[in-house]
Amino acid sequence: MRGPERCKFMVSETPGSSSMVIQSKPTAIGPVCGRILSKLEANNFGGEDIFAVHLALEEAFINAVRHGNKMDSAKEVKIDYSVAPDKIEVSVTDEGEGFDPESVPDPRYGENLYKPEGRGLFLMRSYMDTVEFNERGNSVCMTKYKEKSNPAKGEN
Amino acid sequence: MASIKPRISVEYADNATIVTFVDEKILEEMDVQALQGSIMPVVEEAKRIKLILDFCNVRFLSSTVLGLLLRISKKVYEQDGQLRLCNISPRIYEIFKITRLNKIFDIYEDVKSATDSLPAAD
Repeated sequence: MRGPERCKFMVSETPGSSSMVIQSKPTAIGPVCGRILSKLEANNFGGEDIFAVHLALEEAFINAVRHGNKMDSAKEVKIDYSVAPDKIEVSVTDEGEGFDPESVPDPRYGENLYKPEGRGLFLMRSYMDTVEFNERGNSVCMTKYKEKSNPAKGEN
Repeated sequence: MASIKPRISVEYADNATIVTFVDEKILEEMDVQALQGSIMPVVEEAKRIKLILDFCNVRFLSSTVLGLLLRISKKVYEQDGQLRLCNISPRIYEIFKITRLNKIFDIYEDVKSATDSLPAAD
């Protein structure tokens, strides 16, 4: 039974950017996601971009909770984001030891295709323009540039 | 918010069991676990089930749901059944394509074509 959500928000804001610390449980990302997607809408990002950021953010958060913080709801996840007219940058940081992102196998081939897990990072990379980890591997920074709906003539 | 929301609706047609996801967004671990809890008994009850999963309401899902679909598929085929997916929106279908899961799931445009694709009733 779910009671009202008590999302611990420690928010610090400067124009265009925010930093939030939230509880490491799957339901906690909802309000944060809502805020970020609203900012994208306010900056005229299109539906495809918003869908992409939403998906990548959910996957990054699930990874932080499940793998980084090992499902420990006493731990926290930090979300930093900044939305500019043409770009969003969002970071998700967990309290875990980190990991080597290069060690994650490609989920599209061989027996990996049939495994129920292992697609989160791949989806983040597929839907965002850049996905970068810090050296420790407990923080990921993702960028998405606004899709141009009317490319200038002469561009491919 | 103590009310229990149905996650799926189940319809028994002549040649198929049609399970429709009710939620627009299937995201959280708990939602996926609840879905698994609803759908697996349906599969287990009917050996050689011909199961159609209708995504007409689904606007967003995470990779956790893809994992659930794989588990459902495994169960269905272990029991000699058939599985079809249908009414998947273009954005959701893109996720299946990107992950190459469109190669292992039988995906149809709508319930009718999914039903037509099933082997005739025994």
